[in-house]
Amino acid sequence: MTEPTTSIDVAPPAALVDGIPAGIQLDSIAAQGLELKARSQWSYARRRFLRHKLAMIGLFGLVVIFGAGAAANYVAPYTFDQIDLTNVLHAPSSVGHHFFGTDEIGRDYLSRVIYGIRTSEQVGLVVAVVSSIFGLIFGAIAGYYRGWVDNLMMRVTDLVLTLPVLVTLLTVAALLGGGSQWTITFILVGFFWTPIARVVRGVFLSLREKEYVEAARAVGAGDFRIMFRHMLPNTLGPVIVNGTLAVADAIITEAFLSFLGEGIKPPTPSLGSLVAGGQQYPQKWWLSVLPGLVLVLIVICVNFVGDGLRDALDPQQRRVRA
Amino acid sequence: MVSYITRRILYSIPVLVASSFISFVFVSLAGDPLANLRANPRTNSPQILNHLKHVYHLDQSVFVRYWYWVESVFTQKLGVSLLTSQPIWPDITRALGHTLQIVLLAQVIALFLGVAVGIFSAIRQYSVFDYTFTTVSFLGYAMPTFWLALILQIIFVDIYLKWHVRIFYTSGLNSGVISSTWSLDRLQHIALPVITLTVVSFALYSRYMRASMLDVINSDYVRTARAKGLPERLVIFRHVFRNALIPIVTVSALQFGALLGGAIVTETIFTLDGMGYYFLNRLQASDVYAVMAYLMIVAISVITFNLIADVLYGFLDPRIRYD
Repeated sequence: MTEPTTSIDVAPPAALVDGIPAGIQLDSIAAQGLELKARSQWSYARRRFLRHKLAMIGLFGLVVIFGAGAAANYVAPYTFDQIDLTNVLHAPSSVGHHFFGTDEIGRDYLSRVIYGIRTSEQVGLVVAVVSSIFGLIFGAIAGYYRGWVDNLMMRVTDLVLTLPVLVTLLTVAALLGGGSQWTITFILVGFFWTPIARVVRGVFLSLREKEYVEAARAVGAGDFRIMFRHMLPNTLGPVIVNGTLAVADAIITEAFLSFLGEGIKPPTPSLGSLVAGGQQYPQKWWLSVLPGLVLVLIVICVNFVGDGLRDALDPQQRRVRA
Repeated sequence: MVSYITRRILYSIPVLVASSFISFVFVSLAGDPLANLRANPRTNSPQILNHLKHVYHLDQSVFVRYWYWVESVFTQKLGVSLLTSQPIWPDITRALGHTLQIVLLAQVIALFLGVAVGIFSAIRQYSVFDYTFTTVSFLGYAMPTFWLALILQIIFVDIYLKWHVRIFYTSGLNSGVISSTWSLDRLQHIALPVITLTVVSFALYSRYMRASMLDVINSDYVRTARAKGLPERLVIFRHVFRNALIPIVTVSALQFGALLGGAIVTETIFTLDGMGYYFLNRLQASDVYAVMAYLMIVAISVITFNLIADVLYGFLDPRIRYD
């Protein structure tokens, strides 16, 4: 053996004993001087994802944009509400570090956009995570037990389908008064969990008939253990993909609500309300173009990452390139 | 087929009733229709307010109020606005007409462009043409509508202010005098909203068309058609194209149904008197009956076009059976 450290990739079959495929004689492999490296499905997925160029570009973009938003206190040259009436509606320039110009009361627009990213990013991430968890639990129960839970859920989604989401959102936002960031997050979660629940339900409906579920039941595993220990890992792929895309969706929807004045109210800047604010000054292009551009970049990056995750986690699904 | 359609229509009635009740509760809780009157206590004494409350059934439970609304929908053609005492029907049909004009134009243009681009992208997969248009449609898909509309508005306002050339108007439906539906003045007014909606729908259609063309091109019967020596043009247009259109028919029917509710954002930005603009306006004034009339028209159009999409799908693809 010239290469004693060559590793063998072993795609794990169904049964794993301590992470190593059953039936492989460790001794014989060691005797050949080969190192055995077991790779789980997750490590395969990770490798596929890391090799996906567009996904890596998207991930890099997201880290930069969301990083700036998260560290707004340190990155932004000014605070979002620092008024300077001597320097109103200034076009973007490097003078005084107003790279994005200033708004109608002289606030530095770059800082406002960065704080706007922070708001939008919080809304997007919280909505995606909470609605994924909620949709996962609900969809799992509906798909596993079927029966009335399932029926109820399908009727609820039917109802939601008859009214366009945005219209219903506007009505509910008007009802709850909108305004605060957390009210908006709450409303969005209320709408975003249904598609994820539907996906999980669909997968669960087919998985519950699989042999390994039957086997788990035969050895006496409880419903809860079967659902979350055995079946759940097989649904995580689509849920992660859907959850990622939901980040972009939630950010755009929040921007839409804020744009129409039913979303997050000033002085807290969000990307949507910044674009809306710029509408009053069509000649000061930077006021609406720049925050909108950031929105577009976020959506593109999230979509790239989502596509990469889909290719990595859900290889059976045929790729439809955008 | 007839029994399928009948069943679907019957099934949609309880859904409509339930969704109308839920939205009625939401909308009537959302705002106070008497807020404007209340703001002026001098002319509107508590007695007057109480009287109005009684007349408009605002002192009743939400169930009773819902029933009054249902009654007015059937006896008074979608009812009379409680706020302005104007009948809703003429207002909402006028708005629907304007929305219809914009949506029809945008959909026809987007369908033609989207289908054509989708076909050529699929035939010349990974060519420069393909890459260019997949990027364009990806951008169109990622762009929020309001941002696109605002940029168009900014550009044309700037052009007018700099060179005093009026190419397209950036707000309203006509300048001054009311112009007829297809006059040049009207077209100059609706051009920008039409472009906005076209870009959004084009992104959708070209992606779908490309994907479904590629799907069909790689199928066995296309290989057979090529193998028996058919000219490539015939293969593409007789065998591939026709089958690839099926998903587009469904998608465009759904899109059309959804857009009849008006492109809320687009109409708001260009201050167009369409459905979406009407809805937002009435919602902010808490005009319950008007908002409900809008929601019902939208729900019915969505349900109808969903049904049309499903029926067309079965008609175009005999492999699908409804039982």
